[in-house]
This record gives sequence, C-alpha cells and structure tokens, in this order.
Amino acid sequence: MSSVEFRHVAVKYGRRTVIHDFSMAVASGSWVGLIGPNGAGKSSLLRAVAGLVKYSGDIVVDGSSLSLRSRSRRASLVAYVPQEPILPDEMTGREYVMLGRTPHIGYFGHPTKSDRAMVDDVIGRLGLDDIAARHLGVLSGGERQRLVIARALATEAPILLLDEPTSALDIGHQQQAFELVERLRREHGLTVISAMHDLTLAGMYSDRLALLHEGTVVADGSVEDVLSAETLAEFYGVRVTVHREDDGTVVVVPRREQL
Amino acid sequence: MRREHRLSITAKVSLSVLVLVVIACTGTMTGPAGPEWWRVPLALLERIPGFGESGLGISSGVTEREWSIIWDIRMPRVVLAGIVGATLSLGGASYQGVFRNPLVDPYLLGAAAGGGLGATLVITTVGSDRLEWPVDPVPLVAFVFALGTVALTYLVGASFGGMRTSSTLVLAGVAMVSLTTAIQTFILQRNSDVVREVYNWILGRLATASWGDVVLVLPYVALSTTVLLFHRRHLDVLRVGDEEAAALGIPVARVRLTVVVAATLGTAAVVAVSGLIGFVGLVVPHMVRLMAGSTYRVVIPLAVTVGGAFLILADIPGRTLSSPAEVPIGVVTAFIGAPFFIILLRTRQVSR
Repeated sequence: MSSVEFRHVAVKYGRRTVIHDFSMAVASGSWVGLIGPNGAGKSSLLRAVAGLVKYSGDIVVDGSSLSLRSRSRRASLVAYVPQEPILPDEMTGREYVMLGRTPHIGYFGHPTKSDRAMVDDVIGRLGLDDIAARHLGVLSGGERQRLVIARALATEAPILLLDEPTSALDIGHQQQAFELVERLRREHGLTVISAMHDLTLAGMYSDRLALLHEGTVVADGSVEDVLSAETLAEFYGVRVTVHREDDGTVVVVPRREQL
Repeated sequence: MRREHRLSITAKVSLSVLVLVVIACTGTMTGPAGPEWWRVPLALLERIPGFGESGLGISSGVTEREWSIIWDIRMPRVVLAGIVGATLSLGGASYQGVFRNPLVDPYLLGAAAGGGLGATLVITTVGSDRLEWPVDPVPLVAFVFALGTVALTYLVGASFGGMRTSSTLVLAGVAMVSLTTAIQTFILQRNSDVVREVYNWILGRLATASWGDVVLVLPYVALSTTVLLFHRRHLDVLRVGDEEAAALGIPVARVRLTVVVAATLGTAAVVAVSGLIGFVGLVVPHMVRLMAGSTYRVVIPLAVTVGGAFLILADIPGRTLSSPAEVPIGVVTAFIGAPFFIILLRTRQVSR
C-alpha cells in the first residue's frame, strides 16, 4: 500500500512546458484515472513518476521524495506500463515476465530461485501457463497485454502506472485487462494511476478522475463530477450525452454534429 | 509455435565448449608438412609431465622439427583464430544488443576503418624499414587508431542526441567510417606502391600468427570478454527498449557505454593483429540465436565458443586448399558461412 503525492510538478520538453504546476494526492490503494484530449500531458505525468523525464517540483511516495531514491529502488516502487510496450518476437513469455524482477537483482546478479518462484507464481495466478512457454511474436493482442500486466506485477511494485494500456485491444479484451488490474488492485492493495482515453471505461474503473487540459488539471473529483456533458464539451470540443445507469455506471456517448 | 529449447543453458554452453575443443584439435592436426595427424595428440600428451616416457610411457615418434611445426606454427595460429573469432562474434552480439539492431557488426562505429587507416599510415610512412624495428608498429598504431575512431564516433553521436537514442550513434558511425575510409583512399592513391601490402593487411590474415600475437591481444580480449559476460542480463533487459529498461531500473546510458567500450576494446585488439575479417561478427551471433535461442544469457557465452570454433574451422581450408599459397581468411568465412547461414534460416523457418 503506497500513497503518491504530486507537489507542484512541472515537466518541460525543451522550452515547451507540457505539465504546469500539477498537485494532487493519490490515496493508497485507490485508482485514479487521468483523462483529457491528446497532448494534454497524461503520458508526461506518468513518465515523470517512472523517472523517465526530468521534472521540477516533487513526487512523494509514502512520505519521501522519489527523486532521492536509487534508480532500482524507484523501479521497485513504481511499475510502468507504456502505451506501446516493446515485446521482442523471439523472447518467451516467461523470459518477459522475468524482466519484471530486474529492480530486485543486483548489478552483476542473476535471477535466483526465489525470483523464479515469484515469476511462476504470477504466471500461475494470471492463468498464463500456456502463454509462458511461447514466443511473444506469435501471441494475440490480449495475450500480450496480460503478459505486460504480469511483468508489472512481477516487480512487486505497490504503484502501477498504466499509459492507455488497452488502446490496441477490442472492447472485450479491454474490459478483461481492466478487470484483471482491478482484481490485482484489490488482492495486493495496488495504487493505480492510469491514463485512459475511453471515458466510459475510465468512469467504470476509477475511484477518481482528473481531467487534464494543456498540462493543467481542469477538473478533479468523483466520476459523476468530472464526467459531465458541459465539461467534456468544453475541453474535448465534442458534443456528448452522459447517461447514468441504474447501477451507477456513467456512460459517455458521442453525438453526431447534425441530426 | 516454435518448440521450446529443451537443453539447459549450462548444457548448451558445455556442448559448445566440447565442439570448440574438437575443432581446435582438428585444426592442430591438419596442415601442410608436419607429422601424420594422429601423432599430434600423442605429441601433446607426451609433453605433459607424468604422461611421457618417465610416466605413462606415451611416445609419439614426432621429431623435433615436426614438433616445432605443431607448437610454433599451427598452435599459435589455431589459438589466435579462436581468440579472433570469439572476440569478433562476441563484439557483434553485444553491438546488436545495445543498438537493438540485428544488422550491426562490431566494425559499425569505425574500429575496422580506423585500424585500416592506422596500418596504412605506418606502411606508407615507415615502409619496409619497420621490419628492422624491435616491435612491429603496425598492430600498435592500428589498435590506437581503431580506438580513437570509435571514441570520435561516440563524441560526435553523443553531442547530437545525448546518449538517449542509439540511432544518432549509428549515424555518427556511418559518417566517421566514410571519412576515415576517404582519408585512407587518398593516402593510398598518393602511394600506389604500397597498395598491395595494405590490401593484404585489410583482407585479414592469420598466416603470420605467433605466440607473440596471442600475448599481445590476450589482456584486452580477456578484459573485454569478462565485462561483456557480466552484462548479458542487461542486454536482455535492453531488448524491451531504452525507455522500459530505464523504468525497470537499468542505467541505460551507462550500460550502453560500458558494453560499447568493452566490445570495441576487444575488436580493436583483434583487428590490430589479424586485419579485417568480415562475416564472423555479423553472422555468428545469428547462427547462435537460430540454434540455441535468443536470450543473451545464452547468446553471449555461445558467441565466444561458436565464434572461436567457426574461425578455426574456416582457417583450415584457408591454409590447406591452395598450399603453400593462402586463401584469405575473410573469403573463406563468407564461403563457408553464407551457405550454412542460408540453410539454417530455411530449416528454422520451416520448423517455426
């Protein structure tokens, strides 16, 4: 269980500022969805947490600053699933999941018996035994996505960053992937921060949504508060209808310009 | 679906060491002149204390002159071929790993072109006077120029893209190789009398191998091999790209620099003593991948043993076919390697 606190985080690429003074506290064990149009800065924010871009301000995990941690300590706290993970064709599923143990292996070390046991356990729990022996190049999109999540789980990091993790999947596999993350969040008490472009799915799985626009948070709060037709019209520039189902699900339906 | 490789990594490495030893023995037993082939292992055993006449009583019947052919001519040549082959294929596998590019060879960043320019400079300026020098300056200068060229490539590449992208480094390599080759061509054009000598150097040779050459390259090669063996796990992590490797806690820029420096050091040393032997560094790593799997935990150690075995094997027809003349080793590596590689590619694709 780990909380994440952003304190005045700003990210610049050259002279262009992509995140302006972002502050937010993410409670331990919660799921925060980052939404917003393309280029709003969702990915940059996640990359800052993963230590892949320089930032000013501070990102604090469990009371101490991430920038003070060593590279491998940071990697063992934060697991990062990029938008388009690279899965080498010739690598087997098991080898790929084993990469998740990297933060726990010393510079000149090699996977130990307990690393292998951990990987077997993850593979078993996610039902990936069939996939583990196969080469990544022959797997389907859904199988690949489950392996990517398995690799993140193998790091044993309490914080999971997902960057539009399901954008390449069909609707069934999208839902399966999110259900898997949700199950793991409950079982392991993971804190999840995910950038999502499907607003309905974002609303279904997140405890809380933050809407980014041009690097700034313009709406932050519960799903019901953030997903309103007026807010979305203003920042996405679309006409949508927002339905509320009886079970509390918020459904965002795009509408055609002329009817 | 491809079938799983059933042998463990230890078994694969042990098997390849066995093949290397068998091929090295074959290399020592064949060649023009010298004793009958079956006397050679006896002659070696005989000289181990406790096996000879005072011990087990092994007697090979090999004369002193024949022993000199084995010990002073064949063995250093076999050992040097093994070292050169191992180093080039290990360098190739490592470069392919850090640049995540299967078409890369260890000469990519200018080790060969720089070595060639160094050798050309010595041969044109000092000429045949150097044969009277206590130490032949050609390998030393070639070594320094090979390292210097790669260092320049690295500086040029890093000044553009930092060390974030490996593609700037590859492009800088292309530029430096063209520049270095152009200078070499210019010098040769002005000194056409040495073209043949320089050309012979470039073709690569093991004919003049002596124990001195072995001793000369051994420290660099040993250092390079040790460092690269220790980084095989990092090369596996780098397969998922710089960004994900960094997110997994790998210091990507430092690992890349370390691997490039180590691979270059070994490559520059073997280029200095044996010239440019093509094909080994590019193709042997792929042969290893096709035969034994793609994880660097197996590719790196097997590149050493298979690379060594491959060059020893390639050198046998090189020195026996048109004896006493020599077929350049680089020609033989391509002649043996290319068809073998094509067969391997075809059979593996069918079994996919």
